[in-house]
Amino acid sequence: MYQYDVYDHALVRERVEQFRDQVERRISGELSEEEFLPLRLQNGLYYQKHAYMLRVAIPYGTLSSKQLRTLAAIGRDYDRNYGHLTTRQNIQYNWIELEQVPDILQRLADVEMHAIQTSGNCVRNITTEAFAGVAADEMIDPRPLAEILRQWSTVNPEFLFLPRKFKIAICSAEQDRAAIQVHDIGLYLYPGASGEMLLRVLVGGGLGRTPILGQQICEDLPWQHLLSYVEAILRVYNRYGRRDNKYKARIKILVKALGIEAFKQEVEQEWEQIKTGPAELTFAEYQRVSTAFSQPDYLNLPEQDLDYHTHIYMDDDFARWVSRNVSAHKTPGYVVVTLSTKPGADMPPGDVTSAQMETVADWADEYGFGEIRIAHEQNLVLPDIRKRDLYSLWQKAIICGLASPNAGLLTDIIACPGGDYCSLANAKSIPIAQSIQQRFENLDFVHDLGDLSLNISGCMNACGHHHIGNIGILGVDKNGSEFYQITLGGAQGKNSSLGKVIGPSFSAEEVPSVVEKIIDIYTRYREPEELFVDTYQRIGAEPFREKIYPATNGVSI
Amino acid sequence: MKSVISVADGNAIIVADDGWLLALDESEIPLDNIAPVILPLPLWQQRQSADVLAGHARSLDGIFLLPDDDETLLRLWLSVLPIIAIQFPSFRDGRGYTQAYMLRVRMGWAGELRAVGDVLRDQLSHMRQCGFDSFAVREDKSVEDALKGLRGLSVTYGRSVIEPKPLFRRRDL
Repeated sequence: MYQYDVYDHALVRERVEQFRDQVERRISGELSEEEFLPLRLQNGLYYQKHAYMLRVAIPYGTLSSKQLRTLAAIGRDYDRNYGHLTTRQNIQYNWIELEQVPDILQRLADVEMHAIQTSGNCVRNITTEAFAGVAADEMIDPRPLAEILRQWSTVNPEFLFLPRKFKIAICSAEQDRAAIQVHDIGLYLYPGASGEMLLRVLVGGGLGRTPILGQQICEDLPWQHLLSYVEAILRVYNRYGRRDNKYKARIKILVKALGIEAFKQEVEQEWEQIKTGPAELTFAEYQRVSTAFSQPDYLNLPEQDLDYHTHIYMDDDFARWVSRNVSAHKTPGYVVVTLSTKPGADMPPGDVTSAQMETVADWADEYGFGEIRIAHEQNLVLPDIRKRDLYSLWQKAIICGLASPNAGLLTDIIACPGGDYCSLANAKSIPIAQSIQQRFENLDFVHDLGDLSLNISGCMNACGHHHIGNIGILGVDKNGSEFYQITLGGAQGKNSSLGKVIGPSFSAEEVPSVVEKIIDIYTRYREPEELFVDTYQRIGAEPFREKIYPATNGVSI
Repeated sequence: MKSVISVADGNAIIVADDGWLLALDESEIPLDNIAPVILPLPLWQQRQSADVLAGHARSLDGIFLLPDDDETLLRLWLSVLPIIAIQFPSFRDGRGYTQAYMLRVRMGWAGELRAVGDVLRDQLSHMRQCGFDSFAVREDKSVEDALKGLRGLSVTYGRSVIEPKPLFRRRDL
């Protein structure tokens, strides 16, 4: 893992003091709320329905066990014993007192963490996939460049007041598990013909009010130019992005208005001026940062482990969990474990208690190399688990409520906090997630459905990424009541697609039966092994509509 | 202009009133013409002699650049201008940072570059890093207090106008 050096430490420490002073000035009235707002947002602090919410950055979703214990302690000392994992690999606390925030930030700084730029119209947390560095299908470890980008974007004075928020994701595996196509900048890192690192750069993707997939602006950017190229994109955006309407202010609107070719021309013209200057990355810097991500001391293990396979053979529940929640590791004898935070109706998706965090931190030390990841699907990931330890880890995870065998299944619901917490939401998300999970309690059935994503957002801002769920549910306001619009056919990953609205929206009570009807049509029409999204592509929306809206015999939207 | 912080050779000083007058239209230009004025680009052009416009004589007036203005239009007059001021209509409008960068780095403007408008303590260090060397602090704010914001954090990762090298080229390895 990346370790802070004297500069990193100084920056977060001074930032805490700076914010402490700003909070004091706000409390004394010296700063107006309007003046304070962007300052607190750039320190991760929102004001929600009931209290302040603090969003803590987990850069590219990577945590040490020590850091996770601190997050647990913050939940215990300043919140209500839990935290919520977000779809951008961060953690947020929902019940925070303004006066205590500087102390929380100090505790984060003590373990090399911060909440800098987790909100506001600036470059947000750089994300990658939860399996970075360990996935069997990975080409190049994306974490060093993610860390280099984190540093570059942190308090970069020119780009702190952009037209709107700016999200960057990077990935380098066969499967895109970082949703790079729906980011303002999506980076796909791959080896060129002679092994050199190249980047495919996508720009202008995003969800929200105007969902759109990113377009390629550069096919093969040499890695040395990463920072200058991103700088050129941001400079063009900062100058020309719309500021008159917050719903038209994301870079995707600018890219769409200019067209990708004209936008590219602007960017490259700017880039020509800076590409060979001091912004060019040096090999020494890449090496300095990547050393921090060097492989842990893996044991020399055989790929097959007799006990592990015996347990799979003897214990169906274990086998089922392994089939969903265990992924291939690039090192023989090791696997990557996904600890699902979606046990069903008892716990909102992505919520983790302080006790669970501490226990997971212990497992990371006992079984792994003290490292934990956050998946953008809001689950916890243990990246380096020996196959021979898997059965005993699983047994402990059951007791801790973290062994739901549903990674990637219908009940692995991705959901924003919604109207229970968020002041932007039109409707609640958590009760909808719970009612669906309740309806689909039959594990055999859910397993038989296979990979199927269901995403819920409480409003158009789309924090639950509903557009890229196979089944997407969006909370809408209809004459002051909460309703839910359903989209079908969305997908994340390499074949990302945006779902289409199926028809008029439903009340909360109706949603589980509608989902049931959708599943019913899928199981009726699917061919053996066919995924939901493929069946949908093949048969189209009509059979689903006929089932959901029988009276109108299909429906006009 | 009142409440101006001015930085020269690493020293910041407070100037209670430095004589510059911001005039947004003709009616705001004093008839006696005693104070030097800073004017929006169209008005500035109107007021200059042919020699100044051709870049042959120094102008007495500064230019007030608005966020929508294209700073490259100033290229011709960089050698004759006494000051360039950039407007921050709101401290949350960040276009002025890029305009400042372009003027300093791309166009080589070495004269005074002033931030004007919603100029507040908590953004001063960012402005300074982007090349501003004078700051007309919003008049309802204490300029002494604003001065505390000028230094900012001691660490900058990226490069900026006043520190052209990113940290990775400055770091002691």
